[in-house]
Amino acid sequence: MYLRQVLTIAAKDLRAEVRTREAVNASFAFMLVILVLFSFAFDPGNSEISIPAIAGGLLWIAYSFAAALTLNRSFARELQNDCLDALLATPIPASALFFGKALANFALLLAMETVSLGVFSVLYNVKIRAQIWALLLVIVLGTWAMTVMGTLFSALTVNLRLRELMLPVMLYPFLIVPLSAAITLTSDLLNGIPLGGDNILWLKVLTGFNIIFTSLAVVLIDTVLVG
Amino acid sequence: MSSAALDVALEVKGVWKYYGDFPALRDIAFSVTPGSTVALLGRNGAGKTTLLRILAGLSKPSRGAVTIHGADVREESTRRRIGVLGHGISLYEELSAFENLRLFARLYAIPDPARRITEMLERTDLERVRDGLVREFSRGMRQRLAVARVFLHDPEVLLLDEPFTALDDRAIAVLQALLSDMHQRGRTIVMSTHQLREALEAATHVAMIQRGQIVYAGERRQEMVDDTGWLYRTYGDN
Amino acid sequence: MRERIQYLLLTVSAGLLFWSLYRIAFVLPLEAINVGAYQILYLHVPSFFSAFTGFFLGLGASAMYLKTGNFKYDSFAAGVNEVALMFATAGLASGSIWARYAWGVWWAWDHRLTSMLVCWLVYVGYLLLRKSVEEPTQRAQLSAVLSIIGCINVAFVYKSIEWYRNLHPSPVLSFRGGGGMGPGMEAPLLWNWLAFVCLGIVIAMVRMQEGEVSREIDALRRQAHSY
Repeated sequence: MYLRQVLTIAAKDLRAEVRTREAVNASFAFMLVILVLFSFAFDPGNSEISIPAIAGGLLWIAYSFAAALTLNRSFARELQNDCLDALLATPIPASALFFGKALANFALLLAMETVSLGVFSVLYNVKIRAQIWALLLVIVLGTWAMTVMGTLFSALTVNLRLRELMLPVMLYPFLIVPLSAAITLTSDLLNGIPLGGDNILWLKVLTGFNIIFTSLAVVLIDTVLVG
Repeated sequence: MSSAALDVALEVKGVWKYYGDFPALRDIAFSVTPGSTVALLGRNGAGKTTLLRILAGLSKPSRGAVTIHGADVREESTRRRIGVLGHGISLYEELSAFENLRLFARLYAIPDPARRITEMLERTDLERVRDGLVREFSRGMRQRLAVARVFLHDPEVLLLDEPFTALDDRAIAVLQALLSDMHQRGRTIVMSTHQLREALEAATHVAMIQRGQIVYAGERRQEMVDDTGWLYRTYGDN
Repeated sequence: MRERIQYLLLTVSAGLLFWSLYRIAFVLPLEAINVGAYQILYLHVPSFFSAFTGFFLGLGASAMYLKTGNFKYDSFAAGVNEVALMFATAGLASGSIWARYAWGVWWAWDHRLTSMLVCWLVYVGYLLLRKSVEEPTQRAQLSAVLSIIGCINVAFVYKSIEWYRNLHPSPVLSFRGGGGMGPGMEAPLLWNWLAFVCLGIVIAMVRMQEGEVSREIDALRRQAHSY
């Protein structure tokens, strides 16, 4: 029942997004632009700078910028035509509404990120196939962290005047922890160091962050949406 | 509306709503017997919308409680029995008429959704555009679809915030037909309104709110229908 | 009564600070723990301690507000978080000055400074949020949510950045496992902390009063404009 409600909301968001492609086009384009621009910030041919060493940072900066753009629209699109009120008046619990939207955002972000990963590996000649599954695991965990925090802040800022500015400003300090974990893990993987040993710490940090903040979001979402 | 009723459709007990230290609603208390149609009157800023939002469970009262057939309005099972029509049409532009109704059918867990959706589309004369996207609809079509959405899950209690304000003639006709149908089946309706005459004609009871307080709550009287300003003059501030 | 408490705390605070200043200027050696100008520690460390104290108090007050709906908790949380932000700024500034003196740079990305910076950003976001919401109840609820997740995030950030970078001097104070600073030198640090906390409480109390008055004015204004 709960699951069905979550999936209904997720399906609705995805269907609307696929039809208009508002958020996806902007975020995806932005992500590719960042990846290309980085090559001007330094010279990829310069052998002194080891791409795999900074690859993690590059990739996740691009991912997080795109995430902020996408997630901003998550609850904002409900304001049009007063849809948010109609949803809140239905029997759906606020947490199911939150999960439905988070799930839709998660799917969209993952789709864009996997494509970008391919583009990135081509542009910067970084080998990803060897550690691809571990890499995907890290991307999934890191993206969920961004999704949970972003969707929560989207709900929090939905009625604010300067929402588009406020959301990134408030969101990024909360992403420092999952991003630093994801960046460390990604850089290691791209350097050929598999998961395990020292790395496991960061995996634990990422998982712990996800569990704690997802629980916090579920507990607090009702206050944020209804008051 | 009475103070002692066997089964009360809607009961408001000691509701206060504060914005900071300012009481937008002060000690609102009344009950609505099943089958009544209540017209909620009051000037702009008196507190009609604030009260309706609380009745719909969209906002929490600072003090007091609202129950629908005995159950708190914020509970999920209770919300299934309520239908709400606010100021916006509450429809998604990028979805079709059918998809919009199906979304709400699923959220309200309606049995046999396909049949019910078709039925509502027919009653609002939108069956032939069921797969059209809402963003391409005319204003009147959107209004009729909004009305279809509200009645879709056959709610026992209907809460309408100034429903006649933004509707064109055709949509008003559809709404009035559906409302009278609900009334005949013994459902309860509460609507806030400016359109005194249309509301008073349909209403069995009247409540008037002023500066956050209920100043009149009782049966509709003939004086109100004959002279729409009577109520404001008798119970209002001027 | 309230004013008496404020004056008392102010006196205690001023007394402790003067005594501390006297000791720093005349009693303590010019150099210790292998660093010159270490005296700034007596500002830097208590600032951070006070900031964290403030943020935790803010977390508690916010949780109490969400539980009870009493605006006093909201005013207290706002006051305490603002004061803590002020101490965080002082801590960052003093840390920066010491970094310039000790290491020759105005800023270094070591874990304590970085986590303090992130913390600072979180609570600047808190202030921005409070400024953007006009309606007092909604403002109280949203900022309570932010204060709660913000403080928990700060805890995460602190620990995880410690694993991420390591340049800052390791703990020196005896209760944190270090070798201690030498006889009679640790105590002023703790007394300063107490002084700062007293000062902070006074400021928070003044801020609380201001919060009450502004709510009253807001209510009167709404009343005047209502019908």
